[in-house]
Amino acid sequence: MAKRGVNRRAVLAGATAAATSLATGARLARAADPVKVGVLFPLTGNAAAAGQASKAAVELAAEIVNNAHPELANIPLAKDAGLPGLGGAKLELTFIDHQGNPSVAQQQALRLISQDKMHLLFGAYQSSCTFTATPIAERYGIPFVVGDSAALNITGRGFKWVFRVTPIATDYASTYMRFFDDMKKAGKKIGSIAVVNENTDYGTSVAEAVEAAAKQNNLPVAIRIPYSASTTDVSAQVLQLKEKNPDVVIFISYTADSILYIKTMKNLDYLPPMVLGDDSGFSDPSFVPAIADIGQGLMNRSAWDIGKPGTTTAKINDMYKAKTGRDLDDTSGRNMQAALVMAEAINRAGSTDPAKLQAAFKATDLKPEQLMMGYRGVKFDETGQNILASTYLIQLKAKQYELVWPESAAQTRLEWPMKGWK
Amino acid sequence: MLLLQVIVGGLLLGAIYALFSSGLTLIWGMMNFINFAHGEFVMLGMYVALMIVVWLGGGPAVFGIASAFALFVLGVAIYLSLIRHVTRGPMLAQILSTFGLALLLRYTAFWIFSANVVSLPQTSLGGTLNIFGILVPAAQLVAGVTATVITIALHLFLTGTTLGSQLLAVAEDRNAAMLMGIRPDRMQALAWGLAAAGAGIAGALMAISYPWSPSVGETFGLTAFVVVTLGGFGSVPGAMYAGLIIGLIQALSAFYLGPIYKDIVVYALFAALLWFRPQGLLGKA
Repeated sequence: MAKRGVNRRAVLAGATAAATSLATGARLARAADPVKVGVLFPLTGNAAAAGQASKAAVELAAEIVNNAHPELANIPLAKDAGLPGLGGAKLELTFIDHQGNPSVAQQQALRLISQDKMHLLFGAYQSSCTFTATPIAERYGIPFVVGDSAALNITGRGFKWVFRVTPIATDYASTYMRFFDDMKKAGKKIGSIAVVNENTDYGTSVAEAVEAAAKQNNLPVAIRIPYSASTTDVSAQVLQLKEKNPDVVIFISYTADSILYIKTMKNLDYLPPMVLGDDSGFSDPSFVPAIADIGQGLMNRSAWDIGKPGTTTAKINDMYKAKTGRDLDDTSGRNMQAALVMAEAINRAGSTDPAKLQAAFKATDLKPEQLMMGYRGVKFDETGQNILASTYLIQLKAKQYELVWPESAAQTRLEWPMKGWK
Repeated sequence: MLLLQVIVGGLLLGAIYALFSSGLTLIWGMMNFINFAHGEFVMLGMYVALMIVVWLGGGPAVFGIASAFALFVLGVAIYLSLIRHVTRGPMLAQILSTFGLALLLRYTAFWIFSANVVSLPQTSLGGTLNIFGILVPAAQLVAGVTATVITIALHLFLTGTTLGSQLLAVAEDRNAAMLMGIRPDRMQALAWGLAAAGAGIAGALMAISYPWSPSVGETFGLTAFVVVTLGGFGSVPGAMYAGLIIGLIQALSAFYLGPIYKDIVVYALFAALLWFRPQGLLGKA
């Protein structure tokens, strides 16, 4: 008797569970609740221009996922509307301004998770802000997708919920060293370099990586100049450079400061053989118009290349231009790419359950042809870092950058030394 | 030679610090009123210059005057619509009113001009002069000299003219001045206009060499407070010397110690000086 009772109860429990799961399934399929993503960017403050441009790019990524775009067929999820894995659910973005302030970024991350019940977080441009916001997601077990922050320490903390799509400081540093080797082989003189960096997490981290890589390659660093990006005068720094006279000056700078450096160099008549910008300020939409006539031939890094008309990248650029009135830049492009990678993982997870999302991110394996950026693919290691991220080097010619290195991808010939204003 | 170059650069920058700080010190001296929106006036001066260049194609002389005029009007308008009323309130209301004004101006600028960094196209002052081997950017030389001239002119105006004396009379004793037939409201409106105009010209002059965005006012506002405190609240010549000293110290310490140390040096010396002379260099105890 007892045995039968147990059986009956077990059968009943089983039936109830089945009914519940059926009901849940039906509800999901019917309603297709949106997937809520909280996006942290500096929408005001010093880096607001970059934050606004990145916001537009992430919005465009969501538009591509949420609506049918058969013309972008090689981009995952572009073809049909919504996320098929979640019954056609849409991405719903909530943008929050952290003003470039790490403590605001942390508070807002907390608010987005605990109060607004976001399924995922995304952001946050400045490395210093990403560094403080990510531990909140880690504590709550919510995936945090990092689009463009390059400081090493973000993924170096044993976190399980942070996934970074962009290349990082060490990738950039080793790219520069390979480039210098190529130049030396081509007969250019690179006896020493100078590293000028803004002194928050981003600049410090990249500068340290460059210094370490230079040391390994027996390339002397003539001088390293850390400075604050909100500075209004850089004459003294330019004079320091003039005194040391390095062959390449690497700038790891934000927008206003990088424009100020190039203008001051012209004013004080100091032109090194090559200026190499580490993205950020050099990729800001305000940078090229401000210095085009005095900065000819300066170089920058970028994983973004608009490409020929008719290509997927050119089509994406057209959509971005229609939306914002200007071309997509590398920083915004890396954020847009990260948003697309995020959507692909959510779709594979088939749910907004954090553990399933985490597992889907870990299993991400995208090929170069599925990407809009020039990465070799997307695959996360156990720290959450994309191990296939890489970058190109570009050079300012007339009023735009052209891809010049590596030679295999180059559109035009690299010019060395740079012409500047001469 | 490099040392001379550093010194010249520091002094030219200091002259501009002096110009936009003299307006702040004027308002303090006139009304015992701290204007937290002063840096925002400088920022607006920069945007006026940009609009004149982009829309009307005017040169530095035109946009310098236009910035001064536009900011003069704004300064008077702010006095009449806001400051006049809050001076009757408690001290905290006065402080917070200009703080709120600063945020209002900054975020209005964000709204109108966007957060993008802008800079003036190369102007007629784009060149660099070579004076006995020292490179002096023309824009900075003109800015520095103009700033010095205007600061001195402001001082002479305050000490040598009837109108200036009336201004100072109101500053010294509002009620006594009223008994002498001076209208304090008009005088104080004039002081706000002059202070804002000084900041406007300074902004226009700096716009020639520096890229900026609406948040730039914060940096300038802070610098102005340091200059004014060092020079002595209410003293225009004090602001002049203090501006030059701070420009020079910043340049020398940035060159010899590195840019991240320059503010440490400036503020350490600043604190040390206030230890001995809390009223500032030329302030009245």
